[in-house]
Amino acid sequence: MSSIGREITAGGSARQERAKSSIWRQSMQRLLRNKLAVIGLVVVVIMFLACFIGPVFSPYASNKIHMNIMNRPPNMRHWLGTDGLGRDVLTRVLQAGRISLTVGLASMVLSVLIGSLLGVIAGYFKGIVDQVVMRIADLLLTIPGLPLLFIFGALLSEWKVPTEYRMYIVMVMLSLIGWPSLARLVRGQMLSLREREFMQAATVLGLSAKRKLFHHLLPNIVPLLIVIATLNIGGSILMESVLSFFGLGVMPPTATWGNMIDAANNMLDFQNRPWLWIPPGLSIFITVIAINIFGDGLRDVLDPKKKK
Amino acid sequence: MPEQLLEVQHLKKYFPVKSGLLNRTTGYVKAVDDVSITIGPGETFGLVGESGSGKSTVGRTIVRLTDKTSGEVKFKGIDVYNLAPQELRKLRPRMQLIFQDPYSSLNPRVRVGDAIGEALLDHGLADRGEIRERVQEVLASCGLSAYHIDRFPHEFSGGQRQRIGIARALILNPDLIIADEPVSALDVSIQAQIINLFRNLQETRGLAYLFISHDLSVVEHLCTRIGVMYLGSMVETASRDELFRNPLHPYTKALLSAVPVPIPKLKRERIVLKGDIPSPANPPRGCKFHTRCPFAEARCREEVPDFRDAGGGHYVACHLV
Amino acid sequence: MNDLLNIEHLSTHFKTEEGTIKAVDDISLHVRKGETVCIVGESGCGKSITAMSIMGLIEGPAGKVAGGSIHFDGRDLTKLNRHELRHLRGNEIAMIFQEPMSSLNPVITIGEQIVEPLRVHLNLSRRDAHTRAIELIEQVGISRPEQIFRSYPHELSGGMLQRIMIAIAISCNPKLLIADEPTTALDVTIQAQILDLLRRFKEDSDMSILLITHDLGVVAEMADYVIVMYSGKIVEEGEVTQLFANPKHPYTQGLLRSKPVINQRQDELYSIPGQVPNPLELQPSCYFHDRCEHCMAVCRMEEPNLKKVGEQQKAACWLYEEAKVYA
Repeated sequence: MSSIGREITAGGSARQERAKSSIWRQSMQRLLRNKLAVIGLVVVVIMFLACFIGPVFSPYASNKIHMNIMNRPPNMRHWLGTDGLGRDVLTRVLQAGRISLTVGLASMVLSVLIGSLLGVIAGYFKGIVDQVVMRIADLLLTIPGLPLLFIFGALLSEWKVPTEYRMYIVMVMLSLIGWPSLARLVRGQMLSLREREFMQAATVLGLSAKRKLFHHLLPNIVPLLIVIATLNIGGSILMESVLSFFGLGVMPPTATWGNMIDAANNMLDFQNRPWLWIPPGLSIFITVIAINIFGDGLRDVLDPKKKK
Repeated sequence: MPEQLLEVQHLKKYFPVKSGLLNRTTGYVKAVDDVSITIGPGETFGLVGESGSGKSTVGRTIVRLTDKTSGEVKFKGIDVYNLAPQELRKLRPRMQLIFQDPYSSLNPRVRVGDAIGEALLDHGLADRGEIRERVQEVLASCGLSAYHIDRFPHEFSGGQRQRIGIARALILNPDLIIADEPVSALDVSIQAQIINLFRNLQETRGLAYLFISHDLSVVEHLCTRIGVMYLGSMVETASRDELFRNPLHPYTKALLSAVPVPIPKLKRERIVLKGDIPSPANPPRGCKFHTRCPFAEARCREEVPDFRDAGGGHYVACHLV
Repeated sequence: MNDLLNIEHLSTHFKTEEGTIKAVDDISLHVRKGETVCIVGESGCGKSITAMSIMGLIEGPAGKVAGGSIHFDGRDLTKLNRHELRHLRGNEIAMIFQEPMSSLNPVITIGEQIVEPLRVHLNLSRRDAHTRAIELIEQVGISRPEQIFRSYPHELSGGMLQRIMIAIAISCNPKLLIADEPTTALDVTIQAQILDLLRRFKEDSDMSILLITHDLGVVAEMADYVIVMYSGKIVEEGEVTQLFANPKHPYTQGLLRSKPVINQRQDELYSIPGQVPNPLELQPSCYFHDRCEHCMAVCRMEEPNLKKVGEQQKAACWLYEEAKVYA
């Protein structure tokens, strides 16, 4: 089972390794020709670099409170001003980005792992295994995700889970919501691949189940997974922001884009101190849009069903 | 009499037709309805028929790509349907299938060399060291070059892909190759290349073929014995010479006369069949051909004709012969 | 001039990511009134693109009729606007395709689909159109026309649908019928029926047919005049009996010899070696040169012109050019 997981998470490294091979190289070339997708990718990369490296160069990297410079508008020393506790907004936006991006990325990896593993198992073995997995997925899909997350979040607050663990719990929560739709997609893909003529050819050749699975089916699913995974990151970031906005995700003082907006969620700040909520809001907006544009570009290149 | 390589006896394959809310079986498509074929070592048996005749299903049922409904399939005396999955897997290399569509039968993400060599590896018939050499050998005998090994299928034309499909089957050194319309997706000039390849391989390797095709001219060129199918049943079987010189079944005659011949202004006596091929889900009673047969009599509408020897191994199922 | 269709120097190009493909490269052809002209060639030779160019079905921005003229009954089709072209299509020029299933709308009854062009092009009333549609269904040899009128495409077999397509095509008494591989998807016994049907209509109505096919047997059976295409070019053309009896171009010769024929047994089929060149890599040369057994130095360097080689026969091959000698 672990090897299935490896095969799937290998998406990223496999891409480089197989860049030699013509299918992947051609896909990359086609991707690079799609201007919009390239812009999306560049924006995402800049966002990541800024969030993970940026704060290192900031003199205001600690969450220390400076009562003397509260709520200052943008100026030469604090490019995006300071918040109600005198903290530098730019630094906090970047630090928040670290959390938000990490949560997005990690919950994507987790849900892709669970989803594709269960999807592959269901699609390959069919029968009772398929039934069990898919009914659980259906069950999770019938419950709207957001209310479910709210309840979880409320429970976490009720149980007084320490702030530093909440981030991880939020990741797990998001991936639990995310995997069923993914598993369904992967299973569907598996089922249709199984019926393809080259799989019948594999049967006639007497290939072992292992070879059919790892050499024939999975390589055909990886592109789809890469696309879904990419698009999923955006969704997860958005979800996390919503949770944090409602105070149910990652808690202050750890900054996330969501709870930064939440902190400015009063008439006074909203009307008079736009530097408190525009930067995190814009960050969410730009990141999610960029990821989705890039994901769409990837889909055009990798997912043959979407090709014209 | 030499031992037969393949013996198919009274093979039947019915596909259930499901309908309604409860998905109940409301009928059967009798895709293959009591077909018997024997093929000796090195022999080429041509199976001819139009769409819906069940000829492809015969091929698929023999290699157990679909399960039979009843009947018997013996390969080298071994009952194919009496084998456990692992035993069947061991037997598979001896009996290979070549598909019609050279595009969909190759995995787009598997390199040509791997596609051809992997079965050897998987069956433990060669170790990693020799594989490349073996693949190159078989590529050469199929008219492809060694440098094709690391390419992907989409870099090849239809004819080349069909060669890859043939190489993939051939590397296992099978005794029998079932070729399901292997040239009908190809252009004329490429068709001729592939047909010649089939023929040369047979001469050098002593292969036996079950050659499934709708094209009588191709079958005549390659096959020693020919069976004609209509709506799931065999209507006539004879040696090639006998069948083309003296076709007995009206359907065979019509089929022969319907093939366009590249000789302009040739006035041929043509039997143009009326109507369409009936649906195999609802075949006519009696002789299945009677709805289109120009010579049908009252008896043909009621009684199913026996498949009997009309002399010298020429079998035919027709009341009028 | 009694040509119904007169194509001069037609070129149709497609832009792809890798470069421009000259799918049809400077071809000229003529179809006379009541004549059946067959374009024969293998996949990718440009025969279908020629038909689509005539019908104005080449879609931009990738595809474009890059040059030449298509005169039909005195009008240049390349100069007509959308509206005029639409009026012509289905009315004076009709077309049938290889896949009848995909050219019929699956959610509209067969009857409606026959009635529609009758009402649009011939301005028939609903009732007259219905009567005419029933007649047409009968004419193409389908029994129980009323029942078929009410059926949907998926309820009919491929052969039946192709008959319906023919019924639609002939409904407005077109002067020219373009048939693009009309029998390729059908069984031989059904093919024989459809070819019979086409021949009968042609004789009855003096309609011209431009038949596109890869099957030399079909050509021999249907054609008055044959055009052989290879890689976007016409390599040989001629009156059917002459061309089949005495093919001049090595490609035509090879094509004829490589087809197995019933009751003409050969030990080894002749086969043309190699494969069709990549349309992106074509250099000025005879495009057939690397598959040709008579290939000379000049064949690799210069394109041969279509030249008269018989009474009613032309070929584009250096074998028949005397003047040019390259050391």
